[in-house]
Amino acid sequence: MLQDIFQYWPVLQTFPFWVWSTLSVLALLFLFVFPFAGVAVYVERKIAGDIQARIGPNVVGPYGILQWIADALKLLLKEDIIPKKADRKLFIFAPMIIFMSGAASFAVIPFSENLILANLNIGIFYLIAITSLVSMGVIISGWASNNKWSLLGGLRAAAQVVSFEIPVALSLMTAALALGSLNMVDLVNAQAGMKWGIFHNPFMLILAFVYYISALAEVNRTPFDIPEAESELVSGYNTEYSGMRFAIFFLIEYADAFVICAVSTTIFLGGWHLPFLNYAHIPPFLHIPLQVTIFMTKACFLLVVMMWIRWTLPRYRVDQLMKLCWEVLVPFAFICLLGTALWMVLFQGKGFIELLGGLF
Amino acid sequence: MIFYLFAILTVAPAFVAVFHPNILYAALSLFISFFGVAGLYLLLAADFVAATQVLLYVGGILILLLFAVMLSPKIYSPTFQESQKRYIVPSILGVFILSIIVFSIFKTNWNVTLVEGIFPHTVSRIGNLFLTDYLLPFELASILLLAALIGAILLARSSEDEHQ
Repeated sequence: MLQDIFQYWPVLQTFPFWVWSTLSVLALLFLFVFPFAGVAVYVERKIAGDIQARIGPNVVGPYGILQWIADALKLLLKEDIIPKKADRKLFIFAPMIIFMSGAASFAVIPFSENLILANLNIGIFYLIAITSLVSMGVIISGWASNNKWSLLGGLRAAAQVVSFEIPVALSLMTAALALGSLNMVDLVNAQAGMKWGIFHNPFMLILAFVYYISALAEVNRTPFDIPEAESELVSGYNTEYSGMRFAIFFLIEYADAFVICAVSTTIFLGGWHLPFLNYAHIPPFLHIPLQVTIFMTKACFLLVVMMWIRWTLPRYRVDQLMKLCWEVLVPFAFICLLGTALWMVLFQGKGFIELLGGLF
Repeated sequence: MIFYLFAILTVAPAFVAVFHPNILYAALSLFISFFGVAGLYLLLAADFVAATQVLLYVGGILILLLFAVMLSPKIYSPTFQESQKRYIVPSILGVFILSIIVFSIFKTNWNVTLVEGIFPHTVSRIGNLFLTDYLLPFELASILLLAALIGAILLARSSEDEHQ
């Protein structure tokens, strides 16, 4: 992976390997995750404004484009309050867990064939494991705040995440079955050209929607944001947090939203592959920019869809949410798992597009 | 060296989990302990098992545990450790389990040479072994899980009928 980059730019070898790996982690966090969350907030507010027939941020800078910097500065400069009766240690510990898990999930996002922090053999499985830690932080923050709204928010988050983890894990498992790997780069490369995961068989098409919906619920985005339902719980589990600590909750919410869009892109939308685009015909030094552009375009499209959903649909009730999970998404995910397994047996593991190509 | 780090990370929080009076802190020290165990698995090049450890124990079992703790009354003064503790039966059981573990440690042949160098693909090998050599235990475990699932549904159902 990195060795390839080292070959193209021999200048890099002046520093040892670990310097570059540390630098790339820091660069990913500071140059990508933080600004991306900021820009995502700005875009979201603009979209919300458009959907609700108002203007949205328009004061700071042209078209309000610097609004996110102002927001970030405001959050950083605010006083950091820890309530007197809160459990101090856990109150501080909770955002750390959330930040750790949010940042660690970026390690396996395949932006490009050679631009992936850790190309693990069990990439997608690692991602399921590490994202399940977020709910842990949410529960602890809810409890440590010593506030009944926070506690209720934390409890709701626990119930919701544990339930929705099942359809998420089932759909990722089915994708791994259809594409034959757990490694993120292999998963993408199995979808070269038009053989995207979503077109692999009819069941994968359904599963893409099952995954997207349940992942939305897993990162507590509207219409599934009952852990932080403003009209019921003030602000849910992060009610007592302010300043920098609140900023971490906010940041990781957007980071996680991006992660699920990136995973959807990786396993269902073919990652950096486009129809009729063959990377063998393109000079190698163009691979990384082109692949990153294609990947980010797809992921950002999904992110915009997520915002669109957020501002057009009303919030679910708690019981409706659980009903949706256990009576709709889980059965669908199981049917799709069995259907995909059957498809793999019937057609010797070939996808729909491949079979279609075989006809001519 | 890293082994000792992970070992301390596993054992020390485990002691806290047993002796801490506050049940929430006990549960949270288990959280760190589970991470230590996952680290130990990683050291043994068992990446899949390590991820499963984090997924099941931290993401599943521990969250259910905290969920149960939070649903119990008086959660803000959680001194759940009873004043009159029952020492005899748990300690006998503990010693019994410990002796089994120690016995199996001494009985196992540890002359295993580790594969040096590149990290082997564990997932496909685990899958192959499950469906060939270890098919019967695998099926038995799945039947056990199925029975547990049906049992849980039955329990939930019966309490629902009482409400109506």
